[in-house]
Amino acid sequence: MSAVALQVWTLWWREIVRFRRQRSVIIGSFVQPLIFWVLIGWGFRASFKPSGMPSGIDYVQYFYPGVIMLVLLFTAIFATIATVDDRRQGFLQGVLVAPIARDTVVAGQALGGTTLALFQGCVFLVLAPLAGIHLSAAAVGASIAVMTLIAFAFNCIGLMIAWRIESTRGFHLIMNSILVPIWFLSGAFFPAAGAPLWLRWIMWLNPLTYGMAALRRSLYLGEPHTLGALPGAAVSVAISVAFAAAAMWFAARVAQRSQAVAA
Amino acid sequence: MNTSPATGAAPAGRAGQRSAEPVIEVGGLGFSYGGRQALSGIAFTIARGEIFGFLGPNGGGKSTLFRLLSTLVPMQSGNARILGYDLRGATRALRRRIGVVFQSPSLDGKLTVAENLAIHGHLYGLGGARLRERTHAMLARLDVDDRAGDLAETLSGGLRRRVELAKALLHEPELLLLDEPSTGLDPAARREFFNLLTLLRESAGVTIVLTTHYMEEAERCGRIGILDQGRLVAIAPPGELKGQVGGDVMVISGPAPEMLAQKIARQFQVRAVLVDGTLRIERPRGHELVARLVDEFGGEIDSVAFGRPTLEDVFVHLTGHRFVAGPREKNGR
Repeated sequence: MSAVALQVWTLWWREIVRFRRQRSVIIGSFVQPLIFWVLIGWGFRASFKPSGMPSGIDYVQYFYPGVIMLVLLFTAIFATIATVDDRRQGFLQGVLVAPIARDTVVAGQALGGTTLALFQGCVFLVLAPLAGIHLSAAAVGASIAVMTLIAFAFNCIGLMIAWRIESTRGFHLIMNSILVPIWFLSGAFFPAAGAPLWLRWIMWLNPLTYGMAALRRSLYLGEPHTLGALPGAAVSVAISVAFAAAAMWFAARVAQRSQAVAA
Repeated sequence: MNTSPATGAAPAGRAGQRSAEPVIEVGGLGFSYGGRQALSGIAFTIARGEIFGFLGPNGGGKSTLFRLLSTLVPMQSGNARILGYDLRGATRALRRRIGVVFQSPSLDGKLTVAENLAIHGHLYGLGGARLRERTHAMLARLDVDDRAGDLAETLSGGLRRRVELAKALLHEPELLLLDEPSTGLDPAARREFFNLLTLLRESAGVTIVLTTHYMEEAERCGRIGILDQGRLVAIAPPGELKGQVGGDVMVISGPAPEMLAQKIARQFQVRAVLVDGTLRIERPRGHELVARLVDEFGGEIDSVAFGRPTLEDVFVHLTGHRFVAGPREKNGR
C-alpha cells in the first residue's frame, strides 16, 4: 500500500471503529429519521396528499426516499462534528503535525463518514417493503450508488463547516439552518410539481433536488410510472456528481487553510 | 522534494558531524494573532541531546512558540531551522523526524492504546511487522504494555501521558517537542514523568524541548529560556540564572512597604524593590541583614521570608514582576 493510501485507510478505519463503539450515535442517527417517517408518513397518509405527488402511491411511500436522505444527512453530521473539537484539543492535533497532506486527511474522514452513512442507509433500505416498495436487485444496486454519492457530498459539507467553525454549537446551528432546509426543499417532503412557482424555482436551484430525483429513480428502477414529474436520470446523476465533487473541493480547501488553533 | 541526502542510515562519521549542528536555530522570530503581538525578537539555538525548557507564565508566548516549532502554524517573521529544515519551506520531511506531545490529550478515547499507536504509525508510514515491533517496544519502554488493549479513555491521567509519549516516540523522532507535558498531573506523577524524559534522552538519544510553568520542572532542564510577554528574557542553565540573582533573597511584607523601603535604604544603604506589594532585597550574606532589619523595624514588618534564590526569584529579578501561573489564561495564550 502506498503511504497516502495507508493514511487514508487508517483515518477511514478510525471513523468506523469509533462509530461502532458509540452506540448512541448509531441509534440517534437512525431512530430519529425513523420516527419522522412513522409519525409524519403514517400520520399524514390519510389526510395529506400534496398536489404533484404521483398517483398510485401514498404519503408513506412518497416520504420514504426523503427519510433515507435524512438518515444520510444525520449520519454525516454525527460523523463530522467531532472534527470541531478534535482538531483543537483532541486526536486531530496529532494528525495536523504528522507528515500528511490536509486533503488526505479530509479524504480519509469523508470516506469514513460516507461508509457509515451508507451503512445506515442500507439498513433503512431493508425497510422498503414497509413503504410498499419492492426493490429489484438492480434497484438496490442503483440506490446504493446514489446513496454513496449523496452521503459523500453531505460528509464533505459537514467537514467543510467543521474545519472552519470553532464550536460544536455553531456547527449544529449551521448544519440545521442550512442543510435541513436544503433537505426539506429537495422534494423529500413534497414534490416540486405542486409547489408555487417561486418555490419551484428554489427547488430547481437546489442541488439536492437532483440527488433526491436520482434516488427516487433508482428505487423505482424499471417502473417509471410511479415517479411523477422529476428531473431526468442523466441530469440528476450529473448534477449530483458535480455537487459531490464541488463539496469535496471546498472541504479540502477549507481544511488546507484551517489554522487548527484559535488565537 | 529532494530527499537523497537525508535518506538512509547516517554513517558513523556523519552522525558525529551532525551532532555539532544545532537541532533548533531561531532568530528574530515574531508572531502575532491579528493585532496582538504574541512573540517578538525570539532568538536561541538548541543543541543535540539537550533537555531544554521554556519557562513562562501563561500568556508569555510559550504555546505560540510551541505551535511554530511543531509546524502547526506558519511562520510570520524571522527565521527558524529545525534539524536543518527551514520552517518557511515544506515541512513534510521535517515532520517525519519530530515527535510532538500536546498539552491537551491527542489520544482518541474511543480507541484502545494499541489502536491509537497503530493510526499514528500509519500516518508516519509505519506498517506491518515494523509497526508491531515499534508499538510493543514503546509500550514496554514506557511501562504501559499491559494496557495495550484498553480504551484510552479508561486510563488514568498519568498513564495517558505515558501513552502520549509512546505515541510521539513511535516513529523514532530525533526531536521531541512537548507543550506543558505535566498539565493535570499531581506532583508525584510530574516528577515521575520528568524522570522518564531524562531516561529517554539517554536511551533513545532524542533532544527534548518542552514548555512549562512549573518551576520545579524547569529546574530539572539542562537549560531554560524564560519567556515573558512574548520576549525571551534569559537563556541559561537554571543554576547559572539563580547565580545572577545577588546572593540571598528576602521578601518582606508589612503594612507600609514603600515607607519601609525608604527607611531601609537610608539606614542600610540597601535597595529594596517593591514587587506586587511586597519588598524584595537581593543580597549576599542576607541572614545578617535579616537580623538587623528585624531589630530595627520589627514593628513595621509582618513577615520576612528568606532563602536561596529560586527560579521564581530569577523571574522577578529579570522582569520586575511576579510569575503569575494561572489567571492570565483567559486572555489567550
